[in-house]
Amino acid sequence: MKSDGIDAWGILTVLCAAAVAAPLIGLPLSFAVAPGGLSEFSGLVPEAVAATAVLLGGVGAGTLLVGTALAALVTFCDFPGRGWIEWALVLPLAMPGYVFTLFALGLDVPGIRSPLGAVVVFTLVLYPYVYLLARAAFLAQSRTLLEAARGLGLSRRVAIARVGLPLARPAILGGVALALMEALADFGTVNLLGVRTFTDAIYRVWFIAFDRDAAMQLATLLVSVTLTLVVLERLARGRARYQQLAARGDVPPPMPLTGAAAVAAVIGPLALVAVVVAAPLAQLAVWSVESIRDGLLSPEFGTAVGNSVLLASMSAVLIPLAAVVLAYGARASRSGLAAASARTATIGYGLPGSVVAVAVIVPLGWIERRIDGIAGTGLLLTGTVIGLFYAYFLRFLALAWGAVEAGIVRIPRQLDEAARGLGADRLDVLARVHVPLIHAGLATAALLVFVEVMKELPATLLLRPLGGDTLAIAVWQATTESLFETAALPALLIVLVGLLPVAVMIRLSGRRGAELEAAQVAGAWAEELEGPEEREVRSGAPIVRA
Amino acid sequence: MSEVRLRGVSKAFGLLQAVRDVSLDIDRGELMAVLGPSGCGKTTLLRTIAGFERPDAGCVVVSGEVVAGPGRFLPPERRRIGMVFQDYALFPHLTVAGNVAFGLANRPRGEREALTRRTLELVGLQHKTERHPHELSGGERQRVALARALAPEPALVLLDEPFSSLDATLRAGLRREVELILRDAEATALLVTHDQEEALSLADRLAVMREGRIVQVGAPEEVYVRPASRWAAQFVGEVNILAGVARGTGVETELGIFDLHAPASGTVHVAVRPEQLELRADREANAEVIDREFRGHDVLYRLRHEAGRVVLVQLPSLELYEVGERVFVRPAPAAVTTLVD
Repeated sequence: MKSDGIDAWGILTVLCAAAVAAPLIGLPLSFAVAPGGLSEFSGLVPEAVAATAVLLGGVGAGTLLVGTALAALVTFCDFPGRGWIEWALVLPLAMPGYVFTLFALGLDVPGIRSPLGAVVVFTLVLYPYVYLLARAAFLAQSRTLLEAARGLGLSRRVAIARVGLPLARPAILGGVALALMEALADFGTVNLLGVRTFTDAIYRVWFIAFDRDAAMQLATLLVSVTLTLVVLERLARGRARYQQLAARGDVPPPMPLTGAAAVAAVIGPLALVAVVVAAPLAQLAVWSVESIRDGLLSPEFGTAVGNSVLLASMSAVLIPLAAVVLAYGARASRSGLAAASARTATIGYGLPGSVVAVAVIVPLGWIERRIDGIAGTGLLLTGTVIGLFYAYFLRFLALAWGAVEAGIVRIPRQLDEAARGLGADRLDVLARVHVPLIHAGLATAALLVFVEVMKELPATLLLRPLGGDTLAIAVWQATTESLFETAALPALLIVLVGLLPVAVMIRLSGRRGAELEAAQVAGAWAEELEGPEEREVRSGAPIVRA
Repeated sequence: MSEVRLRGVSKAFGLLQAVRDVSLDIDRGELMAVLGPSGCGKTTLLRTIAGFERPDAGCVVVSGEVVAGPGRFLPPERRRIGMVFQDYALFPHLTVAGNVAFGLANRPRGEREALTRRTLELVGLQHKTERHPHELSGGERQRVALARALAPEPALVLLDEPFSSLDATLRAGLRREVELILRDAEATALLVTHDQEEALSLADRLAVMREGRIVQVGAPEEVYVRPASRWAAQFVGEVNILAGVARGTGVETELGIFDLHAPASGTVHVAVRPEQLELRADREANAEVIDREFRGHDVLYRLRHEAGRVVLVQLPSLELYEVGERVFVRPAPAAVTTLVD
């Protein structure tokens, strides 16, 4: 297309992207500033590499097996209750790793404080990423391919193994990459289980040794692993799309299970969901009641609720707003630079919270000292909630952007032009055409950001101002001190809030007419679950032709 | 003075020169059609006038105000130009009334409501004001799009292939309806189309466009009867291009002698429309019917002339000739033809 150069919207988009990218670009510079920074912690790096490698290997294998097997079960087989088991299996998405860890530690599960324990915990709470993507890939396969394999003399089972699974391989690998990114980003679980991975090392270097350069260098190492996964995931997604373009709709009829197989198909998934979701919820509820009855509730509980709700609400308003500016700016300015900026601004998502925290603190500290020198404002940025917001902004902008952009790409450009021709300037177009049309996506974005901020632990831990404890911090703090009853009520609240978007996704997927919103929720759930390219392909039908 | 003036407008996309040095005047209240094959640059021309594209050269003047020219570019929202899009681009979240009132946001409430009501009455949709676009038929959507463009009382209404997404049976009726609405509103309108029948039947004047240039401007009958070039003759309607020798106001061809619009001499080519020929079943036949296309009120015959060429002849369907029948083809009385390149 054409390029009119850059305009106000373009500049806004570029600024937004720069605010996201600049701190991350600064990370590797720490090696130049303090070349020997890590030598003081020479034991940390090999330890972190080893623990992280074990974790990645174990979680990769675990989620691959569990997620793929469950997806194959619900798409290729039919058994009583399949319709709702299909969706019950998504529920663990609402369970943060550290909350499940609290439950496991409280029950004193033997061997849980080990790398293997961490692998099991992560597999249980992260398999839905693989499950969702594999299921989508299986559903997108055409029956003709499987029937062709049958016609060539393969049994149904062998046809699935030799045609169905290989075709879904890119999607499955994409799901595994997402699960691994989550595992890498986690701090609470590994910290509570005493597994010394990178995020744990960053925390210790930061809080115990107060060495920012070394923390930044560790963060840089962690980012390089994460970015490798991001690249792998993108490649896998590209291939997944290529392989599925030819085949759409026309789902092969599932094979009915009978007898013992049917019983196992019902009980297996239900037991899994019971262990990962129902049992922890029940146990947390019991502990919560006990903590209230016995006066074990932390005196800061009220403050933590207030802080969590305040932080999450403000983020839920401001971050989707920024996402709208970004997505619309890239569209309205029609400049290549603005479009590239919008993509850049979304790189924060896969990054661990601890990395983001370390990345923003140095530039903020630098700016803060300059302002302090002039106005005497003290720790204006790093000592207040502003720094924490900035970290949330970096980390969750992509999440909101995914939901918003999915809506905006569906709006035909002619609607913008029709509005312009009727006297609307670009701000009018946004307010009077785009926002009303993408309100479902905006609501989704707000909900997702709200939930994610409620759950967020490492960045909050590293950047919270004094007295700024949140529910997530309260859970972690109490669990480290083995005060499981005290941790229960805040944990329960986090999980209940986390169930909201899962519930919305499930409800919408049941309604045929609401495919658009369902796609937005599902697509935005992990931002990456359905990349923007994938969404564009699927959204071929413009929404004006209802 | 004309309401819209284009002078030397050019627009390129990279190496593709979409619009080349186009100059055009549209009078107040006039319905002008730009006719050309797809890819000729007509839509780019329209978008340049609307302000969605910035011309590389030339200027666009609307109601005496330069809206695009050297050092000046008014954004689309300040041009007082209404546009009807090919697939209407109705706002799916607004009702019919909401769509029509969209461009009236800055008017006082009373005026806004009165204009909305009056415009909806003009297009005959006053009983569907609270419907949403997806509840309307294709023709109704088009009338909403037209009403939306007309409501702010623009200096110019642009219509981009407005009938192309309707099926053929609806098209003819809607064409007349749209023309009447535009004339009722006393609107100045520029319509872009690749459909010559549409352009001929609707427009006061039409501009034929080819490869970014306007090759002929004139009233429909003038463009049809006196095409400026062989290409224009072939693009606007069916035509036989015959070689002949001109002598004064007559030209002798292998099909007989035709009158000429303007005296000429020497070897020439003339454009002969199929209805300027007539057939007779005759023993001394000079052609054979090789194909017959029955079109209801008339019939288009494809003949092979004894000299070898294929000739198109259009006749009323009163009398039919069969495929394979030998016929005598000759100029119809008073067939006046035009020289072409």
